[in-house]
Amino acid sequence: MSTNTTTRRLTMAQAISEATAQEMARDPRVFVMGEDVGKYGGIFSATTGLLDQFGPERVMDTPISETGFMGAALGAAAEGLRPISELMFVDFFGVCFDQIYNHIAKNHYMSGGACRYPLVITTGIGGGYNDAAQHSQCLYSIFAHVPGLKVVVPSNAYDAKGLMTTAIRDDNPVVFLYHKGIMGLSWMSYFEGSTNEVPEEQYTIPFGQARVVREGSDVTIVTLSQMVQKSVLAADRLAAEGISAEVLDLRTLVPLDRAAVLKSVQRTGRLLVADEDYLSFGLSGEIAALVAENLDTLRLKAPVRRLAVPDVPIPFSRPLEQFAIPQVDNIVASVRGLMTFKLD
Amino acid sequence: MEATAEQLRWMYEKMIEIRDYEETMSRVYLEAKLPPKIQKGLAFDIGAGPVPGEMHLAAGQEPVAVGVCAHLRRDDTVVGAHRPHHFAIAKDVDLNAMTAEMFGKATGLGRGKGGHMHLFDPAVKFSCSGIVGAGAPQACGAALAAKKLGTDAVAIAFFGEGAANQGAFHEALNLAALWRLPVVFVVEDNKYGISVEKSASTAIASNADRAVAYGMPGVLVERNDALAVFTAAGEAVARARRGDGPTLIEVKTDRYFGHFQGDPETYRPKGEAKELRQHDPIPALGAVLRARGLLDDAADAALRARVSGRVQAAYDFGRNSPYPEPQDALLHVFAE
Ligand SMILES: Cc1ncc(C[n+]2csc(CCOP(=O)(O)OP(=O)(O)O)c2C)c(N)n1
Ligand SMILES: [Mg+2]
Repeated sequence: MSTNTTTRRLTMAQAISEATAQEMARDPRVFVMGEDVGKYGGIFSATTGLLDQFGPERVMDTPISETGFMGAALGAAAEGLRPISELMFVDFFGVCFDQIYNHIAKNHYMSGGACRYPLVITTGIGGGYNDAAQHSQCLYSIFAHVPGLKVVVPSNAYDAKGLMTTAIRDDNPVVFLYHKGIMGLSWMSYFEGSTNEVPEEQYTIPFGQARVVREGSDVTIVTLSQMVQKSVLAADRLAAEGISAEVLDLRTLVPLDRAAVLKSVQRTGRLLVADEDYLSFGLSGEIAALVAENLDTLRLKAPVRRLAVPDVPIPFSRPLEQFAIPQVDNIVASVRGLMTFKLD
Repeated sequence: MEATAEQLRWMYEKMIEIRDYEETMSRVYLEAKLPPKIQKGLAFDIGAGPVPGEMHLAAGQEPVAVGVCAHLRRDDTVVGAHRPHHFAIAKDVDLNAMTAEMFGKATGLGRGKGGHMHLFDPAVKFSCSGIVGAGAPQACGAALAAKKLGTDAVAIAFFGEGAANQGAFHEALNLAALWRLPVVFVVEDNKYGISVEKSASTAIASNADRAVAYGMPGVLVERNDALAVFTAAGEAVARARRGDGPTLIEVKTDRYFGHFQGDPETYRPKGEAKELRQHDPIPALGAVLRARGLLDDAADAALRARVSGRVQAAYDFGRNSPYPEPQDALLHVFAE
């Protein structure tokens, strides 16, 4: 990145649509399709302004036919186009998962590398605003579980722009999951740390590079997406108590920056995974396993702790949802708990 | 099929109840969602207030619900979608428990777990889903069960014209015709799927025309009129009950509010909703009742007061009920 870049404060939604617009201007093969991506500009504003700039040929409102347009993304990508296909809420994956799981993820492999599918699936994730069990899930682990999909989960506008540009230029299918509660929408309360300075110029952020959002020496909080913003607030509170927490933003699940996780835990000796996906069989277990597999290279001062949705669907009612989704208070309490252990 | 006096009165009263319910919700929903009570910089906060989350209202679409449900019994199944209140009310879902659910209260249909898109009332065989198109195959299942159990119950799937482009819709139609199921598919064509006009999402003008491809009758109701729906649905329900198989009905109806509350509606021609309200189906049915000597000003006023008392009582019940305990979130993942 050059030194004389102009930056502005952008919301994550603005950063994503800007990254898309700049890449569409640079590369005529890129086009966008999905429900309400045109006139409406995307329900979560991830495509705002694109229709005016590029017209309906390149910004296509689709029928509510997710299997149709996910399959079409694959078919168009195979022909050399670079589709960006929006699944409005990740929860709707169920109606189009065959195209994603059995085809988009696997065709490159099954063709022995002969065919490529340069496409991006963008999708809204996360809860916290009472949208209940079919509109509040994160599910990134499910996408990361199947081999063949790169999985990007940004926590702020700067990262979102760079990662989105990388995603569009990648020759593989990329699932880009943006949390609704950090998009900076005018109609949903959000964590303000997600809105930050973003260069006007295009730039890329390589996949597989976690970012130390905040350095610390007592405990490592491995996290991603909106939970990064919650973890930073928790770390502030912990600092006031004399506990120094390092916050590591994974940024991409596939590829996963395993080295960054290990490096941090080697230093701190304590690990908390703060995750908004379901607890079992997912990201938090993966990170815990990574540490367990490398116990010969690090010394834990406390058992690994995981904070995640406790294996229940996301409930509607406010007190239930606040209980089910880990909050800043829970992160603080978990870290305090970790500090009381003495393993040797 | 001629509606009886009793059916006419029922439809009229239910339409007023639905409208009252939705208009009330449009106000209650906004409580505490606007500045200055919310985070600085926001115009609206979807997660704030006594009824948080998404809210899809059905004012204007009452004829579809009452015209169909006038033919139903308690043991008939109704599967609705993300815009479910009018169907729920027309199917006699417990109004207090339904309202408490939207307030997220322990006394709600789902003890606060479901919210407005996920209302389940097994007592009257009502359910709905926030996933567009999901209901059509589920209604087939209810109809299949009726057949296997040897009852003459029928099942209705209600969904929007946008849902008719979902694969599940097409699979469900084929299943229903293949297995000759006692099911009626009712498409509400309110012209929009969120911001996308039907003409921009659907290659043909009428979904009723799709019926022929699956070997079932297709009926287009071209007016947002309770009696027109009543007539079409009467034949379809009777046919299903007789064991003669499914029907697909599409009704042209009107959505008075935005897709959801808080929708900026920039995709909609200015004044469109106001214009649609000029063709309100409720006074139209009222005029029919009056012409038949079934309604006068005094009776109308009495009926409206009764309905409004019922609706207000439901909102009070919802508002004043207790919240569930936070850790109740852990209950009901599995049946005990
Ligand atoms: C599978 C799926 N895709 C997309 C959505 C998002 N969504 C919710 S309602 C809606 C529009 C539905 O239009 P229509 O079926 O016409 O019903 P209406 O809202 O007009 O009543 C969309 C796209 C969803 N809930 N489920
Ligand atoms: Mg519609």
